[in-house]
Amino acid sequence: MTEFFTAWWQYGFMRNAFLAVMIITPLFGLLGTMIVNRKMAFFSDALGHSALTGIAVGVVLGVTDTNLSMVVFAVIFALLLNKISSKSTASTDTIISVFSSCSVAVGLAILSKGGNFSKYSSLLVGDILSITRREIVYLIVIFAVTLIFWAVAFNKLNAVSMHRTLARSRHIPAALLENLFAVLIALIVMLSIKWVGILIINALLILPAASSRNLAVNMREYHFFSILFSMFSGILGLIISYFTNVATGPMIIIVASVIYFVTFAYQKAMHGN
Amino acid sequence: MRKIIEPCGLHCIKVNHLGVTMGEQVILEDINLHIHCGTLTAIIGKNGAGKSTLIKAMLDDIPHEGNIEFKDREDGKIQKLRIGYVPQSMNIEKNTPISVYDMIASYQSNFPVFFRKKRKLYEEIKESLKVFEADYLIDKQVCNLSGGELQRVLLSMAIMDEPNLLLLDEPVSGIDQNGMELFYKTIDYLKKHFDLATLLISHDLDYVAKYADKVILLDQKILKQGSVKEVYQSKEFREVFGQEVTV
Repeated sequence: MTEFFTAWWQYGFMRNAFLAVMIITPLFGLLGTMIVNRKMAFFSDALGHSALTGIAVGVVLGVTDTNLSMVVFAVIFALLLNKISSKSTASTDTIISVFSSCSVAVGLAILSKGGNFSKYSSLLVGDILSITRREIVYLIVIFAVTLIFWAVAFNKLNAVSMHRTLARSRHIPAALLENLFAVLIALIVMLSIKWVGILIINALLILPAASSRNLAVNMREYHFFSILFSMFSGILGLIISYFTNVATGPMIIIVASVIYFVTFAYQKAMHGN
Repeated sequence: MRKIIEPCGLHCIKVNHLGVTMGEQVILEDINLHIHCGTLTAIIGKNGAGKSTLIKAMLDDIPHEGNIEFKDREDGKIQKLRIGYVPQSMNIEKNTPISVYDMIASYQSNFPVFFRKKRKLYEEIKESLKVFEADYLIDKQVCNLSGGELQRVLLSMAIMDEPNLLLLDEPVSGIDQNGMELFYKTIDYLKKHFDLATLLISHDLDYVAKYADKVILLDQKILKQGSVKEVYQSKEFREVFGQEVTV
């Protein structure tokens, strides 16, 4: 067994992947708590899909680094979605769905022109094994930014989520916080989408927090379990995927789903609701 | 909050020419109110009369015309007005891991609630919950509270900053008849023992008749204001509610 693990550790790409998982998963566990509380699952899903459009826009404009156009597009897209859903009277779900489908279609249309889409298909499932040192540094930066934001603004954001007018009556800048949070999700989703994959990134955001809700009764437990489940799924998923030769992203999600069902059954058994 | 023997009755809150327009539609126009500490003013009106909009405008949550003044009647000095707001309900779903401590601490403090419980803050919150006999709820999940329990918790939170004006949105659901009676009794107790003015949006004409000092009948503008009797026996009241409530 030990030999197995030392062999695994000897590969540089495995060590990088391990580091990336150790940074991405706690981050997702943390953000997921608020995304689930604010019922933004659909929003983050739409953001993930907008990555395709961002790349397509970059290709059209002839940008050399499509990562840049992807991030810029996602940030604009997130702010736009926020703005429209706060102004409009139609249901937020519908609006997000319309914009998301539209942007995915445009992205796919442009990227598939001339039958070249296979070049981008790795984006769909992601490939954490191809992450480089430099990209890990980006992740560390965004990790630090998120921690600072969370420490400074979490209470206020939570207050806005629980009752907007009540928060406003206490002079909390609701719109600013909502926009900052949306931008933060956009940045993190875009920086990790290559490694996690468009199709499953949202699952990694939602599942740990959803599992945690089955056990937690207050905010401290909620965060603790969410981060714990997220990191555990990430590390175990990575190890299993190495030995079974399956893509890492889906394996992580499978582990996270199993945790969800176990906690769900536990909650049913304990409280019967 | 500091308990007093009797409200001084010397502070007054004036709402001057408040108006709200959304797009083309005028929702509220030229609302003028004069509220004294130690009194309970009830706002009544049909659905869509602009009651909730009035509260939002007073809290500066939506753009509006006009202003609110807070004056000491003796020396006429204008002071900063602190408003405590009690919403109808919270946007907290079933199964959400937010305890009463988490909820109140999120509004009262910047110390991150996900990190750890802050001893001093915990004691402060507990102290304030005690006023409404709700201190045993501090570690309970907000989503599991009954309607009446949640109202008491929200009231405790509203008075933590010693407000001069308490804005209340009467609960409409999740509270039984006993709970309503208790809710109004609590408001009455607050009015008599704390130095603040209370403005209540109400849907229950009978309770208003029993507890309010002053009634305001609202439908886009103020149709009628005065004592319970004056308002309930007016023709404006009959036009809105179609019947007379015995006073």
